[in-house]
Amino acid sequence: MARLIKTEKEVEGHYTETWVVVEEDVLEQWPAGPRAVVGQPAPRIDGHERARGEARYTADLALPGMLHTAVLRSPYARARVRRIDASRALTAPGVRAVLLPEGADLPPQHAPEAIASEPGAIGAALAERARVAPLTSEPGYEGHAVAAVAAETQAQAQAALRLLAVDWEPLEPLLDADDAVRRKSLVSEPRVNERGDLERGLAEADVVVEAVYRTQNVLHNSLETHQAICHWHGDGELDVYISTQFVWGVRDAVAERFGLERDKVRVVCEYMGGGFGSKNGPGEYTLIAAELARRTGRPVRCALDRRDESRAAGNRNATIQRLVAGARADGTLTALGGEFVNAVGWDGLSASTAGPMQLLYACDNVRTVEYGARLNTPPNAAFRAPGFVEGTFGLECLIDELAAKLDLDPLEVRRRNYATTDPVNERDYSAKGLERCYQLAERHWARRDDVRARSDGAWKRGVGLASQIWFGAGGPPSYAWLRLNAEGHATVITAMQDIGTGTRTAVAQIAAEELGFPLARVSVALGDSARGPFASISAGSSTTPSMGPAVRAAAADVKRQLLEIAAQRYAVDISTLTVEDGRIVAGGSRSWPVEEITGLLGDGQLLGKGARGPNPTGMRVLTFGVQVAEVAVDVGTGEVVVERVAAIHDVGRIVNPLGARSQVEGGIVQAIGYALSEARLLDPASGTVLTKTLDAYKLPTIADVPEIVTEFVDEPDPHLTNLGSKGLGEPPIIPTAAAIANAIRDATGADVRSLPVTREEMLRALREARERERDRLGAPAA
Amino acid sequence: MLESLELTVNGDRHALDAPVGRSLAEVLRDDLGLTGTKIACYEGHCGACTVLLDGVPALSCITLVHAVGGRGVTTIEGLREHPLVDAFVREDALQCGFCTPGQIVSASALLAANPRPTREEIGHAMAGNLCRCGAYRNIEAAIASVGGGR
Repeated sequence: MARLIKTEKEVEGHYTETWVVVEEDVLEQWPAGPRAVVGQPAPRIDGHERARGEARYTADLALPGMLHTAVLRSPYARARVRRIDASRALTAPGVRAVLLPEGADLPPQHAPEAIASEPGAIGAALAERARVAPLTSEPGYEGHAVAAVAAETQAQAQAALRLLAVDWEPLEPLLDADDAVRRKSLVSEPRVNERGDLERGLAEADVVVEAVYRTQNVLHNSLETHQAICHWHGDGELDVYISTQFVWGVRDAVAERFGLERDKVRVVCEYMGGGFGSKNGPGEYTLIAAELARRTGRPVRCALDRRDESRAAGNRNATIQRLVAGARADGTLTALGGEFVNAVGWDGLSASTAGPMQLLYACDNVRTVEYGARLNTPPNAAFRAPGFVEGTFGLECLIDELAAKLDLDPLEVRRRNYATTDPVNERDYSAKGLERCYQLAERHWARRDDVRARSDGAWKRGVGLASQIWFGAGGPPSYAWLRLNAEGHATVITAMQDIGTGTRTAVAQIAAEELGFPLARVSVALGDSARGPFASISAGSSTTPSMGPAVRAAAADVKRQLLEIAAQRYAVDISTLTVEDGRIVAGGSRSWPVEEITGLLGDGQLLGKGARGPNPTGMRVLTFGVQVAEVAVDVGTGEVVVERVAAIHDVGRIVNPLGARSQVEGGIVQAIGYALSEARLLDPASGTVLTKTLDAYKLPTIADVPEIVTEFVDEPDPHLTNLGSKGLGEPPIIPTAAAIANAIRDATGADVRSLPVTREEMLRALREARERERDRLGAPAA
Repeated sequence: MLESLELTVNGDRHALDAPVGRSLAEVLRDDLGLTGTKIACYEGHCGACTVLLDGVPALSCITLVHAVGGRGVTTIEGLREHPLVDAFVREDALQCGFCTPGQIVSASALLAANPRPTREEIGHAMAGNLCRCGAYRNIEAAIASVGGGR
């Protein structure tokens, strides 16, 4: 029965309480442990499609008559466009439309009446001010979109772009985040969170540590760049083919921008080539394509190239974290404090970098202040656990520095401050397996004497760990349909997306488990807002916990109908019937293949529907974990090699152990890039991006990957849905950088506090450690 | 300026006209409809567009189509039955899948030249194929499993 209730919806730590209509979640959870299909390792059901190059990504689509777009982007970090003359671009071969920004002067020949009377060459060409597309005459970062050209080919569009005569007035950019905070250039009001009394907590401490941590900007660099194809047809209907993490969010944002009813916009994304948080909305490219398509009456593609991707597709913002911790001699935390500066850039959300400090430990006195600095640098975008990746680096390094000063075991310090209820709002956890993670980590942690003993000459070895806390409950609304045909084949239908995490396979497993079918008898149709019900965003580790319970409910609806028919056909009591491995089983004695019943359908189908039930009221639903890293450091050159990472996470029930392990490994690989090699570098004078290519920007390669050991607590969360599963996309990337930095300290005694740990940073930290040691021994500094 | 050329792709001969300066990747994808070859950087840095020219891996995005000459082009569409495809799926050596065709093309050349590569040899041969999802360990396992290395 549908009910109107108040529930909490959580995405990446942001809770909103809203009225929602939900269906009751009447199904009992399955018992813990692997089942016939759920909990068994399953290769991706779309694996061959992707591996053979048959999967059609947005980048592979071409509509008849499609035009291509080139976007003029500001070469300056801050500038004003005084005037643009598009005359030559308009008459260039193949050009069909030019979009210009509000604000800049246009020459008289660009007046609408002049264009209308222009003979010949321009024809249908239009040079109009963008009304809907987000073009600007006052660019606030290098790469800010200023104008756009649509032409028959990409080469023609790019050639025409060079013919736009732009009169730029470069302006002085604001690039320093601390400077921006001083000048109150902020994207939002400073965020203060406080419990207890920080000063009192510090006064009660036997030991206080203070440190400043810095993290860098990193780029998502999804291999499929941000792109969309827009096509208007019929009575003001707009099709959007887009590489996206949220089919429905794109629909709503585009509809709002163009003043359309939401279902006039159809959004399609069957396969997409990576997003990592940067593809949650339509982006300027979609709005530019939609407006150019409206003006030309043709389908229009707008795609970023790799260099645009490095400046106009978002990034994980840099941070400065000025932290303090106080503790008693036994390791009990008395105070945690931090001032966090997020170098957000021109635009974007100031993520919760202080979140881990607020949530991870039971500490009575905590005060955090977060600033989101607005700068003349490219806007940030959510990037796989935004805020928590950065904040966990600071916090978990700080805890280890504290442990070192107290001469206590870092794992012991963490256990001493274990939170048994949520330290912010004192709510119960729906489930918390962090202690179990610590137990499972012990055998990896116990390797440290052996690892240190393998130090050899200049190569020093050590082990470090760090904890993880994050969200990942998902929530309603999310819906699925399921249809079963006469051949006994089931199709899950829902307009979600599989961004590469394997959610397509996970929901197929859930449907197969509930139906009692082998996995091969379930398909999934997804990625089309016109051809399936509303489905969750693939962000905030929410797809499986949001979609899985809805899919199971839809499958249960169909199974009920199947058994009702079977009970009549075989004249047995329905309560004795189940389905196992594609056979209808009566009381464990007789059984019949499912096709005997479905075959009666002919062209008929059994149709089921399912909805995601509500989250548990008044409880904190969180994910937990710990990672143990082993590193080798060449103290002569500063080279750091990660040799092994053990990852133990608690995300409730694991649906697909094979895909889950891949998520963990992928998160750790990205985190190793974050810790050691990746950095979006800016020219400090001009604020332009220096690392625009995949040659200059150092992504991890296959040769950089250590041994990775993945373990899961794998206990269903008893309070969370009919599935008991939480999301896993983000947790694995969160603790790795801190675990690596802590391992470096274990190996060398040096405190690395700035990411990435380049050789320069490593040598600086080693030098500092040597000087500190000399001071401690009382010898004069050299 | 259009120049005629003949191109042999996966054993099929094609006669076509292409502007001088057109890349092999564009011809494969836009003219021949072989979209299994992906373009991710368009400047030879990522390996997504890897094809074989007479069995040797080449970056099709920075290979001029007129420079291919008589060499036979093999794309992922020509390797659909290669045991690496099953191995990549079995080992979960792909996530978003955008780099995967290029990975398989590169790996097929490695195994042709060195049927039992060591871990180091796999790392050396495959370091030019970036995977942002970070499926590297499973990629290595997939290649090793076909190579009989484990």
